[in-house]
Amino acid sequence: MAEPEPTTAAAAPAPGRLRNAFGGVLCAFTLLLIGVLAFSIRLFSVIKYESVIHEFDPYFNFRVTQFLSKNGIYEFWNWFDDRTWYPLGRVIGGTVYPGLTLTAGSIWWLVNALNIPLSVETVCVFTAPIFSANASWATYLLTKEAKGTGAGLMAAAILAMVPSYISRSVAGSYDNEAVAIFALVFTFYLYLKTLNTGSLFYATLNALSYFYMVCSWGGYTFIINLIPMHVLLCIVTGRYSSRLYIAYAPLVILGTLLAALVPVVGFNAVLTSEHFASFLVFIILHVVAFVYYIKGLLTPRLFKVAMTLVITVGLAVCFAVVAVLVALVASSPTKGWSGRSLSLLDPTYASKYIPIIASVSEHQPPTWPSYFMDINVLAFLVPAGIISCFLPLSDASSFMVLYLVTAVYFSGVMVRLMLVLAPAACILSGIALSSAFDVLTRSMKFQLSKVFNDGSAVSGDSIAEGSTASNDTKGSSTSTVNTNSAKIENRTEKSEKPSKKNRKKDREVTGSVPVKPKKEKRLSVLPLEASVVGTLLLIVLGGFYVVHCVWAAAEAYSAPSIVLTSRSREGLHVFDDFREAYAWLSHNTDVDDKVASWWDYGYQTTAMANRTVIVDNNTWNNTHIATVGTAMSSPEKAAWEIFDSLDVKYVLVVFGGLVGYPSDDINKFLWMVRIGGGEFPHIKEPDYLRDGQYRVDSQATPTMLNCLMYKLCYYRFVETDGKGFDRVRGYEIGKKHFKLTHFEEVFTTHHWMVRIYKLKPQKNRIRGKLKKLKSSSKTSSTLAAGRKKNPWQ
Amino acid sequence: MPKAAGDAKLLIQSLSKAYAATPTNLKIIDLYVVFAVATAVVQVVYMGVVGSFPFNSFLSGVLSCIGTAVLAVCLRIQVNKDNKEFKDLAPERAFADFVLCNLVLHLVIMNFLG
Repeated sequence: MAEPEPTTAAAAPAPGRLRNAFGGVLCAFTLLLIGVLAFSIRLFSVIKYESVIHEFDPYFNFRVTQFLSKNGIYEFWNWFDDRTWYPLGRVIGGTVYPGLTLTAGSIWWLVNALNIPLSVETVCVFTAPIFSANASWATYLLTKEAKGTGAGLMAAAILAMVPSYISRSVAGSYDNEAVAIFALVFTFYLYLKTLNTGSLFYATLNALSYFYMVCSWGGYTFIINLIPMHVLLCIVTGRYSSRLYIAYAPLVILGTLLAALVPVVGFNAVLTSEHFASFLVFIILHVVAFVYYIKGLLTPRLFKVAMTLVITVGLAVCFAVVAVLVALVASSPTKGWSGRSLSLLDPTYASKYIPIIASVSEHQPPTWPSYFMDINVLAFLVPAGIISCFLPLSDASSFMVLYLVTAVYFSGVMVRLMLVLAPAACILSGIALSSAFDVLTRSMKFQLSKVFNDGSAVSGDSIAEGSTASNDTKGSSTSTVNTNSAKIENRTEKSEKPSKKNRKKDREVTGSVPVKPKKEKRLSVLPLEASVVGTLLLIVLGGFYVVHCVWAAAEAYSAPSIVLTSRSREGLHVFDDFREAYAWLSHNTDVDDKVASWWDYGYQTTAMANRTVIVDNNTWNNTHIATVGTAMSSPEKAAWEIFDSLDVKYVLVVFGGLVGYPSDDINKFLWMVRIGGGEFPHIKEPDYLRDGQYRVDSQATPTMLNCLMYKLCYYRFVETDGKGFDRVRGYEIGKKHFKLTHFEEVFTTHHWMVRIYKLKPQKNRIRGKLKKLKSSSKTSSTLAAGRKKNPWQ
Repeated sequence: MPKAAGDAKLLIQSLSKAYAATPTNLKIIDLYVVFAVATAVVQVVYMGVVGSFPFNSFLSGVLSCIGTAVLAVCLRIQVNKDNKEFKDLAPERAFADFVLCNLVLHLVIMNFLG
């Protein structure tokens, strides 16, 4: 690589250097534009709705960030939150992945130190777009390590707008994945960089980047399993090098130690099976390294003797370690694997054993359309990218292929992990597109030069003679970088600035004219028409992708889900019921009142209404959630008793029957029954189903029609239209006129989406006693009743 | 059996002969690695005898030794003149990287020691 430089300089000193410099500037400028694109395509949610935090988990992260910015880092580590999981509470500092909150907290601190008065909420809203720009730059670096600058730019541009990633990182979607994808890609980049250079400095950076990833997301186990897999692949295919040792061995040691520093991981970094693969490969790597070292010292004949010796010893050590690990694993109840990881390895595991994991919609396997929705044309480009990675296969490109294959598997298990697939798909599509453009533009140049050579061949040929065969690999690659990057800009700006596009095209032509005489001899050359058509088709394909991405960003993925909108003939209609309800709670209830709801709304209630909740989205205690599920699926009296034992004052249900909001509590109700029934066997799922069908119309079972959830959702519902027509389920409800005896309705939002009930105080028993015991005196009976009612006073 | 024993003897002889030709600075690094690994083994044995109660202390002790050994091996790979891959890497640069990596490692260890 270093050799062609002087020859180019000797043959054409000024233009070559100028072209390189021009390419560098253009590349930097393109990267800047890609960053701007990645940031701005995620702002649809702010423009169309408002600058709010989205969904469920982001509210928790927002609340933690608020706490962090108010109380400082030490208070944060020691934070025991008593406003959730009542009466248990939750140790926030030790159970949360702190990467995201610390990042946003430090951004907020930095911005305020610069006297820019941004609120914590604003910083939180814009953290995700900022980090997606970072992620696309990291993708550029990663792909550049594997396949050069052109592919890097392509991949960065594709990643900047891939819908799968947009869905998790629009402005306001303040969740762990927003920063984790950047950390993931950057860690992979540093790994490949270490692998390519063998520098211990990059190995250190790699470990630190891995630490950031561990801080940010539970998905770090993907890294600590993928990299060992790649190391093993390299060893098995005979690609071991000392660079591999430097890339891997320090990462395991430093990475393990750094991971153990994060409170939520702690000793798990050495105790759970997710991490064992890395240790095993660590040992194997040492054996292999030793073998290679001995091989260097000995003659081949003696080496054979030594080989048998070392292999027997190595195998013995391996077996010993495996035996110890197996013993350790077998002694632990879950075989050392956490539920989520097990459901990754065995996709049916969660639905069989852990309904709480299966109940989350993002833990379900994806459907085929969701692949098309989320990665669109990339799905077709990826195979081409794989082929391109194999010509020629390097350590870095084999890593890409391995990354893609594992990510495809994991995305097939859980929708959520589509997010891990997205960077892999982008990188491989970038490689595919880049090499396709490379071939097409090169043959175009070749054919054009033939056409031009008929007219003025002399000057061009002299340069072509001067440049040797080794020269034109470098020369043509830099020139294709120019054209490629120009093309990317074309694509990204096509929609807005047609004039700029023309200018770019001019530049592209001028860029390609001076290098056209350099011919590529080894590869086959396509005819001019075919290559022009091919290029145009690829650009059209890219155009479709861009259109789809912009549509997905604007329409599909930018809804904050706490504010809903619908378009009708009268115009835009906004449903702001959630915030209405939470505001009501925070204004009309006592600070220490406990609010019960299904766990989905726990984070929002604590963050927006600042009221204590029984369960929330953290779902760390299955029994507690099952208790709430049981209460919701019990008849009124039993439910009242359960809620009263939990000190609950208010019950909140989400009901979409009036406006047709499909993800309401009635639709989630079966999961409450399942989770409740898992802990309390008197709740049986078949009791709520009529012939295996879930329904709430007149065919519904009496258990269903008498359970608390049904009553709270449909109380007074018949008064709205006289029939009780549920617009989500599409039929009239089964039981229309009923009264609540133990609950009273205190608040129902404008569109009836959130309904809040208050637990009635226990009935005064004096009157009943009086009726029964007419002979006894009034005073004694009240005393007795009072004593009976409250034994603690 | 005697053939195997003869082979082993020959092997050890030629190994020691080949190793004797190693430059002194590499030998020093080797000694350092052996010492670090020996310390790690001692700690593991101690853990086996006494128990692993302050687990973070045990972990940081052992990982400190193994980490030191691994980093020294990396340094040895990089400064070894026979390694063609690292020809254009100056020994000073390799040592600076080694020091930096050690610094990070032991900062973490100090944090973790408890």
